[in-house]
Amino acid sequence: MNGPLVRAVDLTRRFGSHLAVDHVSLDLHPGEVVGLLGANGAGKTTVIRLLLGLLRPSAGSISLFGESPSRRTRRRLGYVPQSLGLYGDLTPLENLQFAHQAFGTGPVTLPDTLSSMGDVPVADLPLGVQRRIAFVQALAHEPDLLVLDEPTSGVDALAAARLWETMRDRADAGAGVLVTTHQMEEAEQCDRLLVMASGGVVAAGSVDEIVGAERVVVVAADDWTAALDAIETAGMFAAIVGTTLRVPATSLADVRAALAGVRAETRETAATLEERFVQISRTGSAATGAS
Amino acid sequence: MSWGARHLSVELGGHRVLDDLSLDVAPGRIVGLVGGDGAGKSTALRSLVGLVRVSAGLVEMPARHRLGYMPASSGSYPDLTVDENLAFVAAAYGLGASTAHERADRLLERAGLVDARSRLGGQLSGGMRQKLGVIMAMLHEPDVLVLDEPTTGVDPVSRAELWRLITRAAADGAAVGFSTTYLDEASRAAELYVLEAGRVLASGSPAGIVAATPGTLWSVRERPHGESSTRSWRRGREWRLWQPARGEPGMPPGEAEGERVEPDLQDAVIVAALAHRAESSSPSQGAA
Repeated sequence: MNGPLVRAVDLTRRFGSHLAVDHVSLDLHPGEVVGLLGANGAGKTTVIRLLLGLLRPSAGSISLFGESPSRRTRRRLGYVPQSLGLYGDLTPLENLQFAHQAFGTGPVTLPDTLSSMGDVPVADLPLGVQRRIAFVQALAHEPDLLVLDEPTSGVDALAAARLWETMRDRADAGAGVLVTTHQMEEAEQCDRLLVMASGGVVAAGSVDEIVGAERVVVVAADDWTAALDAIETAGMFAAIVGTTLRVPATSLADVRAALAGVRAETRETAATLEERFVQISRTGSAATGAS
Repeated sequence: MSWGARHLSVELGGHRVLDDLSLDVAPGRIVGLVGGDGAGKSTALRSLVGLVRVSAGLVEMPARHRLGYMPASSGSYPDLTVDENLAFVAAAYGLGASTAHERADRLLERAGLVDARSRLGGQLSGGMRQKLGVIMAMLHEPDVLVLDEPTTGVDPVSRAELWRLITRAAADGAAVGFSTTYLDEASRAAELYVLEAGRVLASGSPAGIVAATPGTLWSVRERPHGESSTRSWRRGREWRLWQPARGEPGMPPGEAEGERVEPDLQDAVIVAALAHRAESSSPSQGAA
């Protein structure tokens, strides 16, 4: 198909006087993996519920495959919530059969790698295996749109890479993938990101575009208790990384002034995505790159 | 050694869940354990504070009242308010009322929890509950602070506040141990232990683990095939391909174009897992 799989234009949703989603615009094209970032309460979950057709917009519009979210669009969508959405007392195969009767798709089989788990209730399987089952379930009807909430949470790095391979394969086959996450290593796997705060989009673009020119000051001191005291007394934040302190949202000159009398080496370096994200979420400042 | 372990192993139900862990954490240092669900992180931390019977090895730790431990469930009581939770811990450690108040004020302020003082533990968001758990574990200013997955399920803003608390504990001289499933979180540790199925896959400073990555790493634009596919994984739009032999002059034969890349921590941990697998499946030809 031509055109985006998902198009949201000034999507807005109120709950009483609370503006949960505030003029969010988003296009998701076939083959794209887009990450939706935001602190708790930023509005990510409401966007997902609007996408799934569980909520209607208060204003603005959202379309999936060129039409309003409905039961019909739901059939072309695969969704893996954080809780995985599996039935703990059913076996993996029973879970798949149950889901696919609901979708009206053909007979299902377990992939070879999961077949040895066939008779065990899902609740008794390791989390990594449960995640793979949830993926198999969400992908078996070859959805055109995948919506995933922290898809690799709790699994080791190699298992996470294998799950990413599955997601990318689906995107390479023409699906769009929307990932909501708190984890920067997941965000960095996406083609582009949307950062939400207080219901609105406050930054968009690639990791590099979002981090932009944001810098942090790195402080190395033998007596780092004294360094931390001095930095905090001056009203700045500092967090430890390894054996150094990183001070966001400040300048080298300010940190040096704060450290007067404390022997320390200071230098500036590029902020990480996480540091930039925290900064954006705190200030709500718009910093929209190309999208 | 003030806090640490030598050749620590733990068996549960005849199953070895922790295999030969040795570590040593100095005051003011932060050590991290990273791995997926079931890697042995909780067992390791629990045995390092004397909550698990070890089957082999030696644990050295300070007296119990000098330890602070937060379980993965945060350890706060759902039917007590934030203030009551802290008062309970203060009483348990015999802190005087004025000391307890002064410390609680300071820590709640640092964690952004001042407005939540009279809320019930059970009504806190996940991030707030984890912050309360960390404050409860550090209120008595322990010599050893042990935090089991303090940031799991916590959003980045609360995570930054949690790290302010942990930074303060270390600055005040605590030896800190924490576990996480997130590699970006793990890279904050001065010393890191990568666990899988109870074994240490790699250890050292995060930069040291990266530097010790064996072999050669490539970024390729098409899916590697044949034998190479077992040593490749997806990274964004491209693939990573790992060659165990050091100093290979070029790409493995038959693969599409690619370029050599320096590993980061994520690559290093994946390579360690692949190398470990190769070793255990064919003991005679271990990875280089």
